[in-house]
Amino acid sequence: MSRPAVIAGATASLKRRVISGVLALLLVGGAVAALAAFGYGRAAARESYDRLLLGAANDIAEAISIQNGAPVVDLPVAAFQLLALAPDDRIYYSVRGPDGAVLTGATGPLAQAGQTATPKFFDSKMGDENARFVSLARRFAERSFSGTVTVIVGQTLRARTEMALGLTRDALIAAAIGGIALLAAAVLVIDRAMRPLRRIADQLVGRDPHDLTPMETQVPAEVAVMVGAMNRFMARLDRQVAAMRNLISDTAHQLRTPVAALRVQAELASAEEDDARREQILTRLQRRTRSLGELLDQMLSRALVIHRTDAARRVPLDLRDVALDVIESRDHELVAPSRDVVLEIGEEAVMVMADTLSLSEALRNLLGNALKHGAGRVRVGVTQEGAQACLWVEDSGPGPSAEVLERIGERFEKNAASVGQSAGLGLSIARAVAFAFGGELKLGATGQGFRATISLPMQEEQI
Amino acid sequence: MTRFMMLVSALIAAALPAFAQQDGPEARARFGPADGPAMVLRSTTDITVLGPTLQDFTARNPGIAVAYEQWGSNALYEISWRDCEAGQSRADAVLSSAVHQMVDLVNSGCAGSYRSSASAGLPAARRWRDQLWGVTQEPAVIIYNTHLVPPQDVPHTRFALLDLMRRDEPRYQGKIATYEIEASGLGYLFAFEDSLEASTFGALMEGFSRARAVATCCSAEIIKGVSQGEYAIAYNVLGSYVNARRDPNVGVIWPQDYTLMLSRAYMIPKSGEQAYSAQKLLDFLLSGPGKEDLRAAGLLVSGEPEDSATPASALHTIAISPVLLVALDRQKRAQFIARWRAAFGR
Repeated sequence: MSRPAVIAGATASLKRRVISGVLALLLVGGAVAALAAFGYGRAAARESYDRLLLGAANDIAEAISIQNGAPVVDLPVAAFQLLALAPDDRIYYSVRGPDGAVLTGATGPLAQAGQTATPKFFDSKMGDENARFVSLARRFAERSFSGTVTVIVGQTLRARTEMALGLTRDALIAAAIGGIALLAAAVLVIDRAMRPLRRIADQLVGRDPHDLTPMETQVPAEVAVMVGAMNRFMARLDRQVAAMRNLISDTAHQLRTPVAALRVQAELASAEEDDARREQILTRLQRRTRSLGELLDQMLSRALVIHRTDAARRVPLDLRDVALDVIESRDHELVAPSRDVVLEIGEEAVMVMADTLSLSEALRNLLGNALKHGAGRVRVGVTQEGAQACLWVEDSGPGPSAEVLERIGERFEKNAASVGQSAGLGLSIARAVAFAFGGELKLGATGQGFRATISLPMQEEQI
Repeated sequence: MTRFMMLVSALIAAALPAFAQQDGPEARARFGPADGPAMVLRSTTDITVLGPTLQDFTARNPGIAVAYEQWGSNALYEISWRDCEAGQSRADAVLSSAVHQMVDLVNSGCAGSYRSSASAGLPAARRWRDQLWGVTQEPAVIIYNTHLVPPQDVPHTRFALLDLMRRDEPRYQGKIATYEIEASGLGYLFAFEDSLEASTFGALMEGFSRARAVATCCSAEIIKGVSQGEYAIAYNVLGSYVNARRDPNVGVIWPQDYTLMLSRAYMIPKSGEQAYSAQKLLDFLLSGPGKEDLRAAGLLVSGEPEDSATPASALHTIAISPVLLVALDRQKRAQFIARWRAAFGR
């Protein structure tokens, strides 16, 4: 299945975004981890090697004895073996008497050397290298010698730095391995999550252009939203395409016969030599033309209604207003000025969710039918029957024959159209409107005559 | 840096009462092109021993001349200290058998760093901080005069030597020699290393005392003395200086209890002017041809001694490490020398 590589206007791939996000997270995390690991490593190295330093200083302090009234150091090899555990570091040591005189080891002042028995660590320089020192005091109180001897041991920092860097490196290697695993997992998960989208895209691409049936919704919830919206969109499209197709075929069909009749009449008129007969033909021609105009109006209105019922927003409205508007517009007086039209509405509002224009159009058509095809007085009313709101038109005639009623389910009645009449079309509009708002069109005789009812569900709660 | 100077002065004063005034090289030689600047190599090694190796080096590196100065180990230590103090070294390379003195120089920050594949390939006991490298392998041996010592008396271990000295035979009275440790840095180092093998050393001291042993100076003189029958036995002589052709009647023993192996330490002073040449020389000494030259000079013996009775595990290389600083400690040295003097009745 071919698939468009890049769609204009598409933003960066979700996968790339997530990967760059995870990468950024890893980099920042790695830097933080490196700093933390280095800090930890330095602390650990300092602690370990400070212990060595202190051990060596203790060894040396232990080796001090008083001989002939003077402290003497028998420098222990073990102390230096301990210090040599940091193999590449230089060593400083100095043993000083109570007056600060150097007994052995390095001479020269060292400001921070304390006189306390507790060991004191400090940082200083050894030549031009940074170094760590410990100073330790040992007190003698003997007959021949009394005073404090201070041992100072120092070491450069190579081993410490190496250990800290080693620990940092190990931590970073572990973090890097974890990061790569995380990245791979992220890519995998995104790839799996995106698979339904690709499948949907493949299905769409592979679809027949006329196929507007809903797509399968066996997809993750996040994607289902989109598929649902798409399915609703396609359903609407489907209805509109169907309506359009119907309109076109209806129009062609409805117009063919009257237009053919018009042409015949016109030919007759042009061939007729007798003036009186030609006048007669012209009158008929005129009537036919008017009838054709009405038919066209109705068809347009139907197309409009069908479009609106699908597209217009449903708002709560009172059916009594619709009936009132239609009666008050007095259009029926143009059609049948002699006929009696009565409005019958109650005191209480009858609310439905619908579109005023569509309902008015439907009612106008039903009223037109009643005036044209019915007999006697015509009543227009709004009633409430249980959970149904009813908008009805009733004439005093017997209504159409049972045969016609049976066929009323069809889109329109060809025979009616063929004679320039359009009762079927009007009914079809009313039916479409009723259906669009979740209701139905009921036709039937009552005790007083024939009634056409648009029955809609009541709006449940008044806001 | 003044504390170093004071330390050095103290050390020199303690170590060199008789030789303090001797402050120049014992001998000089020049290798390579006769004109132009030459890198200065100061060493305790006899010119005759190291000469051929340097000749080979300058032949392979035509641009480099080597001005060789032969020093006594203590004098070399002193002059190196002075150079380090002054921040300007006349020497571009120092090669000394008194390894502990070299360790002290490096520990005091007098050395420059260098690292090459050859130097990094040295075992850990023969390099320190990439500033000090052990380029040779020489045993400390017992030598004896083959006429004066009957075969059944030849001491193959220190214990045998001890027994010999305890016998109070007039044949050996006053006829056993070893280094004068106050004059020879190397002799001191050997004796100090022996002292770390404590039990034997105490007994040895006592034995030297009983046999009225002679402490005297310098490898060449001791070997000559043994060869000519002045001494019957000499202890802790550098085996590389014994030359069978030049010194007849000399038998060599690698002590089977343990044989100290010395690795002369090579240092490139931080403030030397021709560090590049010094580095080239180091790489040469560690290279195949350089090792061949050293081996021919007797300065590089392989692990297997000719006296094959000594197991390789008994070879005890004096590790170039800061532990050797103990040997240079003022009080330690004073105590050690006092003990030594007591043994030799001075």
